[in-house]
Amino acid sequence: MAYFYQNPLLRWLMRNPIWGFVLIIFIFFSLSADHFFSERNLMNIVVQTSTIGLIALGMTLVMINGNIDLSVGATLALAAAFAVDVQSWAAFSTWGNWQILPAVCLALLVGILMGAINGFIVWKTGVDAFIVTLGAMLGIRGLVFVYTGEQSFYAMNFAYSDFSFMTIGPFPVLAVIFGIAVLAVHWLLSRTVHGRNTYAVGGNREAAVNAGIRVGPHMMINFMLIGFLAALSGVLLSTQMGAATPNLGRDYELWVITAVVLGGTKLTGGKGDIIGTLGGVLAIGILRNGMNLMQVPAFYVYVILGSILIAVLFLDKRFNRTADGGLRL
Amino acid sequence: MNVNREPALRLQGIVKTFPGVRALDGVDFEVMPGEVHALLGENGAGKSTLMKVLAGMYQPDEGQIIIAGQKVRMTTPIEAKAQGVILIHQELSLVPEMSAAENIYLGELPRKSLGRVDWKTLEARSNAILKRLRCNFRAEVTVANLSIANQQMVEIARALTVDARVVIFDEPTASLTDAEKVVLFDIINDLKAQGVGIVYISHRMDEIFTLSDRITVLRDGGYRGTLNTADTNEDEVTRLMIGRSLDLSRDEAAREFGKTMLDVRNLTCPGLFENVSFSVRAGEVVGFYGLVGAGRTEIAETLFGLRKPTSGEILVDGETVEIGSPRAAIAMGISLVPENRKEQGLVLQMNCRDNMTLPQVQDLTAGPFLSQGAELAIFDQYRDRLAIKTPSWRQSAGVLSGGNQQKIVIGKWLSMQPRVLIVDEPTRGIDVGSKSEIHQLLRELAAQGYAVIVISSEMPEVLRVSDRIVAMYHGRIMREFSIDEVTEDSLVQAISGITSDTAA
Repeated sequence: MAYFYQNPLLRWLMRNPIWGFVLIIFIFFSLSADHFFSERNLMNIVVQTSTIGLIALGMTLVMINGNIDLSVGATLALAAAFAVDVQSWAAFSTWGNWQILPAVCLALLVGILMGAINGFIVWKTGVDAFIVTLGAMLGIRGLVFVYTGEQSFYAMNFAYSDFSFMTIGPFPVLAVIFGIAVLAVHWLLSRTVHGRNTYAVGGNREAAVNAGIRVGPHMMINFMLIGFLAALSGVLLSTQMGAATPNLGRDYELWVITAVVLGGTKLTGGKGDIIGTLGGVLAIGILRNGMNLMQVPAFYVYVILGSILIAVLFLDKRFNRTADGGLRL
Repeated sequence: MNVNREPALRLQGIVKTFPGVRALDGVDFEVMPGEVHALLGENGAGKSTLMKVLAGMYQPDEGQIIIAGQKVRMTTPIEAKAQGVILIHQELSLVPEMSAAENIYLGELPRKSLGRVDWKTLEARSNAILKRLRCNFRAEVTVANLSIANQQMVEIARALTVDARVVIFDEPTASLTDAEKVVLFDIINDLKAQGVGIVYISHRMDEIFTLSDRITVLRDGGYRGTLNTADTNEDEVTRLMIGRSLDLSRDEAAREFGKTMLDVRNLTCPGLFENVSFSVRAGEVVGFYGLVGAGRTEIAETLFGLRKPTSGEILVDGETVEIGSPRAAIAMGISLVPENRKEQGLVLQMNCRDNMTLPQVQDLTAGPFLSQGAELAIFDQYRDRLAIKTPSWRQSAGVLSGGNQQKIVIGKWLSMQPRVLIVDEPTRGIDVGSKSEIHQLLRELAAQGYAVIVISSEMPEVLRVSDRIVAMYHGRIMREFSIDEVTEDSLVQAISGITSDTAA
């Protein structure tokens, strides 16, 4: 056992069991699925997971902060609907490809606004974020149906739907955007005042208040960030599909929370990081992609992910309990 | 007392290791039937680990547990309970929404057919136990409605549902008043008379010397010896515990005080405190002494912006101020080291450095990012100045001992260079060694020119650290003493609401 505690790589893996799992399934699929280990497929995985991944970055912030946001799937759908619809407004008909710009900006603003509303209500009323965003999830989804009239919107401008196929050097543009977002949120969380205070508020709200930290604004900023990221994810998803459907993003909140929790972020707040979340997101992406390549029906992915979720949390509990807090129940 | 002198419980050569720590290193311990055996040691000495081994929560790596002559292996608290070994937790572990009876028999509710609860038997048995404990409440009452002391009685009642051989009390008096303590001691003596072995864990020397027959001392996970209480004294025990003698004297020259840093005039918060006036000068320690609930903590919270007074004035450094929030208080140079450091002072999952720099991270930046260098510089400076023992700044604050946690909180505020430092119960739950270090530290801080307010419920503490003592009773200041004129008697009278003629 002593060896385990001395080897730095093993110690790191014990603190981040999800990366051990990522490694295992990566090797497994490389050996057993024919087309898995190729540059193209690996890029593909990153592109496929970027949708959930972007939201998961925001969810990590919100959960470390001691809250949760269930409304992200609905926000994604609303933003996608705006992005696709606004570019075909008559007002922008003479703008050429520039018509995409106001559409995307508006969609992102809508996301930030939804997050701001969530955050403001949580801040000012003190109602639990779970309840507030559960309400928002239903309400915003309702708005999507009202706005779209239960119809799908199709993007008429081909520049929009071509966007997702663009590459920057060897990298698909969606992978690049996701990569930038990962770095930005990682820095925000680990290196800035807002990030530090996010941990403090989630870890012990009373101690944070006593240290002169203004709890509400930090929570609101994090809700606005997740709203922005959900909207961005919605825009990118609609460029991939060339359309926005009213049911877009259904169940995404569950996938996102799964990824974040797999990555070691605690539902109770104060604990977690972006490196873990990235592992959680990749675990889901690799499993879905690999099993798809092996032609396993998609619903088995659910069975396996559900089991993995419990297994990883169990390992985390075994490895990471402290010397004095380790009660066996 | 038992004739054959077979220990009720005996531990031999217990070793328990955790990653990187040898928590227990060959500890021997025994309790005779009808004996109160005190277990002493500083925080981190291994008391709680040993206790958890006793109660079946931990399995020792080496060594034997022998109960009534039989070698046993207890792998869960339930098995330990079946053996008659019962732990009464320091922190209450009751379900507040349930009745006392349900809590007493939690997990073992008497049943009728089809798994229905046998309420009649439950309540009859529970009431019988409560009667034995001389409790003046019925088993049907909801636990949430009971006082802390009575909740503790429910916790003790739980121990008596089985034939207890050994009962372990972990800091049982931490939240009790003096009167309630007397009742608890009676109960312990009753149990003792019934031939139960008692393990008594406490930091309070006076209690240990009143109650115990023998004292076993642990230090750094090692066994340091067992003493007969009748043949020893506090000095010897303390030396064993901390490995050196404590200097409890105050032999400093009289000091000059600076200008008035904090002036409070007729401050009132209805129901909590009324017409409170006092002042603190630079270089002075003012002790606030009184019973729990006398309004001392509430005054501190008001000065720190956590409560709004309805009337009265607060002057900081000569200027009238409104303190609307902790943020405002901090900006004015008022700092509060709160009563419960774990709940109100620290973010336990966060590392030591981050905890210490928490109120000022916004000023420790390089461009948009936090400056690791500036943060570490502050941490290093106050770790050295306050002699904080931690292997690294990365250690999360939750795993440190109480004394070191308190020093982190104090360091956090010192690094802000406050004008007024308020310290609420600075040594609650802290072992003797760290306690005297913290007392020393408070004196030094005053010597360096800070205005310090110390709130404490322990008379030796206020007498040791204060230059002046404010005695409070029921939200009012009864009397103010300078340290030269104060006597223990007059202090006790003042906080009990007795206005003697000498006060005039």
